Amino acid sequence: MSNILLTIDTSTIEWSRAQFALTAIYHWLFVPLTLGLAVIMGIMETCYYRTKDTFWKDAAKFWQKLFGINFAMGVATGIILEFEFGTNWSNYSWLVGDIFGAPLAIEGIVAFFMESTFVAVMFFGWKKVSAGFHLASTWLTGLGATISAWWILVANAWMQYPVGCEFNPDTMRNEMVSFAEVALSPFAIDKFCHTVISAWIIGAVFTVAVSCWYLLKGREKKLALESIKIGAIVGLVASVGAALTGHHSAFRVAEVQPMKLAAMEALYNGGTDQSLTAIALVNPFAQPDYENEAEAPLKIAVPYALSILATNDPHGYVPGINDILNGYTKPDGTVELSADEKIERGKKAIEALAAYRQAKYGSSDGDASVVAYHLEVLKENMPYFGYGYIRDKSELVPFVPVNFYAFRIMVGVGCLLILFFMVVLFFVYKKDITAAPKWLYWSALAMIPLAYIASESGWLVAEFGRQPWTIQDMLPTWASVSNLHSSSVMLTFFIFLILFTTMLAVEINILVKQIKKGPEHENN
Amino acid sequence: MSAKHKTMKKTNFWYRVFDLYYDGFRNMRLGKTLWTVILIKLLIIFGVLKMFFFPNFLKEHAEQGQESEFVATELVERAESH
Repeated sequence: MSNILLTIDTSTIEWSRAQFALTAIYHWLFVPLTLGLAVIMGIMETCYYRTKDTFWKDAAKFWQKLFGINFAMGVATGIILEFEFGTNWSNYSWLVGDIFGAPLAIEGIVAFFMESTFVAVMFFGWKKVSAGFHLASTWLTGLGATISAWWILVANAWMQYPVGCEFNPDTMRNEMVSFAEVALSPFAIDKFCHTVISAWIIGAVFTVAVSCWYLLKGREKKLALESIKIGAIVGLVASVGAALTGHHSAFRVAEVQPMKLAAMEALYNGGTDQSLTAIALVNPFAQPDYENEAEAPLKIAVPYALSILATNDPHGYVPGINDILNGYTKPDGTVELSADEKIERGKKAIEALAAYRQAKYGSSDGDASVVAYHLEVLKENMPYFGYGYIRDKSELVPFVPVNFYAFRIMVGVGCLLILFFMVVLFFVYKKDITAAPKWLYWSALAMIPLAYIASESGWLVAEFGRQPWTIQDMLPTWASVSNLHSSSVMLTFFIFLILFTTMLAVEINILVKQIKKGPEHENN
Repeated sequence: MSAKHKTMKKTNFWYRVFDLYYDGFRNMRLGKTLWTVILIKLLIIFGVLKMFFFPNFLKEHAEQGQESEFVATELVERAESH
């Protein structure tokens, strides 16, 4: 982004982006474990409800305690993102206020009422409410967190695929014209399914890893065995589910964000019958010379797989970076404009906006026909509004190496996790997991950071891949950011870094202490 | 506890809700540590960060009711300066 213009200091943009990324990445350390452990503890308590065996009650309480620690540490880490919207991203914030208001308000209300009510019943209510009501509260705690995730992901999906809205040049806001279109956008549904299922994997990996640690230490064997069974089954189902929903997500990305897919694949020149790159030598530190290179060097690929992923057809057409920049014709005959044409249309849109506001609100009384003319030009070119800020079409290409490698890390670790859970289940049902070789226990522990890396890589792909846009095709980062001094953003970046790192250290410390302490047995 | 509370029937819904929270908070062990962490965190987030580092940019820079004009000017000028 070194060639970004403006009166805005470029480092303000970069520090604001870095700060948002830092906050989101830290927030995402807490959220998936909350969502994942919610499923594990819900299953454990269901076992208790059905069998009345106090072992399951102790097991459920133990995992609920770990859930509670993580939940407490994660509380309000997401609110900081909203602070950043208002301070660092004020133009963006104003433009999306009407769209985000509803989902975020619903998220806040649902989160507050559902979680504060049912979390309290779950922790305080064992001897106060019936077993059935307690079980329902445990599941509803998880459901509340999942519904919260839904609304956040609806907001995120809208940025990637803005639907159900109309830009109002008088209020300078995108106004919601269809709540259903926003809330049930296919992009949001795919994103929600893929994200939440991947969170279950984190919960499952954590459960199996903690249980394996007990087996390494030769203690809590029954808890470890039963937890591993549940964790590994949830993990295997979720891992396969993540692969399937990942395919849906990629299909959707190919439809609405083809540049992101091209960057993920380092696909410079597209076509039909496209193969999926397993690995290639993409320089991790520099943008590739996509204009002159035919493809990334030393490419090993799976034939037809990219066409299947993107179009559900082995012979489907997938555009590459150069196709998207130079314009191409889709198989259905639709002509996709070149970047230069889109830039021209975007400039027209911005000029029309300025002329419209000048005609309507300028010193002279607005001539209605002039106002109407500019409004028409604006509406005609509005789909390309954001392109009006692009100086060079290379700005439209996200940083390929990050997308390329993050995608491969996510998919690679995802495949490894499927294998891992299968091996664990093999040991559980065909051998004796309580007497398994130690390498299995150690690999379970190693899976915790790996699963997190895969999960965060997914976010990198989603967010890096849509650069330069904060709102797809509508607003690039450098038009979204507030005119702040970079030093103030830098300062808060480091404050967050210290705050979050401290919080993470506190969480890990409390979690480790409680894991070492182990479950409390009701009979004792 | 108030006299009214003392005379409230223990089967009363509101009594049971109150009792759930009252008893729960009173008997917390690990929860006390977690609540301490939560309160410190909320104090830092809202009392320090929000108050001193995260003002609403538009409220500070645009006249009240003129936010749309401010944003429009910003967006048009940034495109021109490009």
